[in-house]
Amino acid sequence: MTVLFYILSAIMIVSALFVVFSKNPINSVIYLIVCFIAMAGHYILLNAQFLAVVHIIVYTGAIMVLFLFVIMLLNLNKAIIPQKSRITRISAVITGGIFFLVLLAATRQTFEIHAKNTFASDIGLVSNVGKTLFRDFLLPFEISSVLFISSMVGAVMFGKKEATT
Amino acid sequence: MKEIASAIQLIPLWYYIMLSSALFSIGLMGVLFRRNIIVILMCIELMFNSVNLLLTAFSAYHSDPAGQVFVFFIMIVAAAEVAVGLSIVVMMKRNVESVDINLLHRLKW
Amino acid sequence: MVETSSVLNLSWLVPAFPLAGFVIIGLGNKHLKNHIAGVIASTMTLLSFLMTCVLFFTFSSSGNQAVTQTLFSWISLGEMHISFAFLVDHLSLTMMLIITGVGTLIHVYSIGYMRADERFNTFFAQMNLFTFSMLLLVMAANYLLLFVGWEGVGLCSYLLIGFWYKNNSNNYAARKAFVMNRIGDLGFILGIILIFYTFKSVSFQEVFTKASAVQHGGTLITLITLLLLVGALGKSAQIPLYTWLPDAMAGPTPVSALIHAATMVTAGIYMIARSSILYNLAPLTLDIIIVIGLSTAILAALIGLKQNDIKKVLAYSTVSQLGYMFLALGLGAYSSAVFHVTTHAFFKALLFLGAGSIIHAMGGEQDIRQMGGLRKKMPITFYTFLVATFAISGIPPLSGFFSKDLILTQAYERSPLLFSVALFGAMLTCFYMFRLLFLVFFGEKRFVNLHVHESPKVMIIPLVILGVLSVIGGFLNIPALFGGKSEFTAYLKTSITSIELNGTSISTEWILIAFSLALVGAVIWGAWNNYVKKEHIPNADDQPMRLLPKLLYKRFYIDEAYSFLFEKPYNFLSGFFSEKIENNVLNPIIDGTGSITLRLGTYLRRLQQGNMSFYLFAMVAGILLFIVFILIV
Repeated sequence: MTVLFYILSAIMIVSALFVVFSKNPINSVIYLIVCFIAMAGHYILLNAQFLAVVHIIVYTGAIMVLFLFVIMLLNLNKAIIPQKSRITRISAVITGGIFFLVLLAATRQTFEIHAKNTFASDIGLVSNVGKTLFRDFLLPFEISSVLFISSMVGAVMFGKKEATT
Repeated sequence: MKEIASAIQLIPLWYYIMLSSALFSIGLMGVLFRRNIIVILMCIELMFNSVNLLLTAFSAYHSDPAGQVFVFFIMIVAAAEVAVGLSIVVMMKRNVESVDINLLHRLKW
Repeated sequence: MVETSSVLNLSWLVPAFPLAGFVIIGLGNKHLKNHIAGVIASTMTLLSFLMTCVLFFTFSSSGNQAVTQTLFSWISLGEMHISFAFLVDHLSLTMMLIITGVGTLIHVYSIGYMRADERFNTFFAQMNLFTFSMLLLVMAANYLLLFVGWEGVGLCSYLLIGFWYKNNSNNYAARKAFVMNRIGDLGFILGIILIFYTFKSVSFQEVFTKASAVQHGGTLITLITLLLLVGALGKSAQIPLYTWLPDAMAGPTPVSALIHAATMVTAGIYMIARSSILYNLAPLTLDIIIVIGLSTAILAALIGLKQNDIKKVLAYSTVSQLGYMFLALGLGAYSSAVFHVTTHAFFKALLFLGAGSIIHAMGGEQDIRQMGGLRKKMPITFYTFLVATFAISGIPPLSGFFSKDLILTQAYERSPLLFSVALFGAMLTCFYMFRLLFLVFFGEKRFVNLHVHESPKVMIIPLVILGVLSVIGGFLNIPALFGGKSEFTAYLKTSITSIELNGTSISTEWILIAFSLALVGAVIWGAWNNYVKKEHIPNADDQPMRLLPKLLYKRFYIDEAYSFLFEKPYNFLSGFFSEKIENNVLNPIIDGTGSITLRLGTYLRRLQQGNMSFYLFAMVAGILLFIVFILIV
């Protein structure tokens, strides 16, 4: 089972790197989709079944498709955008690396932590997630609908063509 | 199920922390690296996902379902944000005729 | 009869009148017309004079010796308590009478002399200010207030010398006077500081009572008296600080009469006489004063022999007479010095006013080679000038004879060598004064196209009054030799402590007097012979001269020497600092500070270009730093 973990992690990281370094935005989208699918595999490994499914539906099915729509709509696959200057790219890579190191340094005390002995492995099941959602987190759930309305309104408003004055 | 439970016990938590940190920093690198706004937005999505993964791992290790519910909410917000963000990209394309972020330099006033 | 003490309490009125005159004329400078300002100024000094006379008579009738009137506490700082106080005693009364009396006459004279000047009002305002400062000086009860008056007269001297400021050389002369005075003032200030350090007070009464505890001839008291002497040297134009006085003749003649003959230059002598107790404790300083005074007297007399400007001759004569006063001070005969101050005020002021009358009549001409034969045209001026010349030459029974003879006798008591040198100087004085008289008033007239007439009454009357004073002034102090009681010296005994000298025998005194009178007669005959009989006129400037006359005429090149030794290096330093350091070091520092700020701004401006990627970078960097900071701290 741990082998599965390593394989999925490798796929995720490699595809993430390709997302960043590929020239064509369509390729970046494809690689991101691969990364998301690997992430869904990780969720299943952690027995978060509800999340895995929702992840695939929302992220891979909706968001990435939206990205693809926009790219195709604006004909961005044909546009060639020059890259940033070499110094900027190198410093970006270095910054990323430093950030990684800092995060690791911040969390090095967790190297000794192991899982608790008694734990319930079924918290990721749909019924349990549903129970927690609708009991403890009902209010945020309702307010998120407001959030959606506002984002829909915003998206529509942005998309409207301005009246020529 | 039993195998999954035992599998979780085998993988120490800090593996997930390291994985999540790597993903986050790759996403960060991508934000600073690329010039295309859409790819930048995608790298931001990558950072979101790294956080989701970490939260789920912690929730599994502490047997706390609140973590997974939180991830659910993060996904909601991410979806809404992508919608609005992409419409802004469309507007930008309409105004500046390109999606290069270096062409947006009017934030100095 | 008014209460004595209440009259004495009004002593502050004496300086208050001229101060009021200054304020009134100063405020009404643009509005006063028709010479009203002159009348106001003269009235104010006249009122001061009358008040001084009242004080004088009150003093003599009540037998008071010294009265201190404290107006207010001036400085009160830790141990230092200095009050604004007036000390009225015999010495200051004498000086006050001279200042206000002669001052009034000169103010009246100036109404006529400055009649046509456009800055008439300013002149009288400054003259009144001068009178006020001089009165402050002589009435002060402590050294610091004296110094205030000292500086005040220095300022007024500067203002009045450079009165005709449109001419640049007048400004240089005024500046020269002020700077040389300042050099002396430095010594004076150091002296006052040392006095305070030694005696913990600067008030006259306290210092003089504590002075008896100081070691006689010790270094401390010698240092104090030397420093005070430096101040007196600057103010009273002795070697080496005397070159400003001849140049100060650039001012109007009444100014020369009042400031540089009768009053301001005598401030140094007054100060030393006032500090007689201190000087008696420092015999070394007294010897130095003798040397300086005598050498100045001789040097100035030698230079005066060959000068051709009427005011310059009188200026060098003043320096020479001041040298005599210093000689008297150095001998310890302070009251003789003050007596000579009094008589000198009379005849020197008269000489200057007479010279002013001549210059006024000659339309501004000051060169005696262009004059001649004025005796018939300006009789009153001639006669008063004659009286003054007799007085300064020491011909009895005029005032100058008594005062000068007193000094010479006391010099003889000290050492016959001193007497002979001083006598030589007196002969020189006699010679150059008579040379001046003969060249100006006698002989054929050497000027053309000038209508010369006697001056108006407002200028003549002060001349006459001063002439009378020059004649009778000597009778104030008739020595025992002639049957008198030396009232002046006795009067001043209460304020000054003179060094008592053993009196010479009567026969010696008679011999000395006869000897000096014989020499005087010979000198006058020699001058008459040269300048009237032989009609010897001094050469024009471009004619060659032999070495000795040339040296005298060029004033021993001392002015040039000072210019070379002091002015040139100073100007060089000043130019150096101005150009090299100011331009190359200081200005770049200041400009550099500004440009650093500008450049910093240019760099910092790049932080906010609106560049999106840079903002992202900055955000990440900030977060990084924040996390690192939390980790470390």
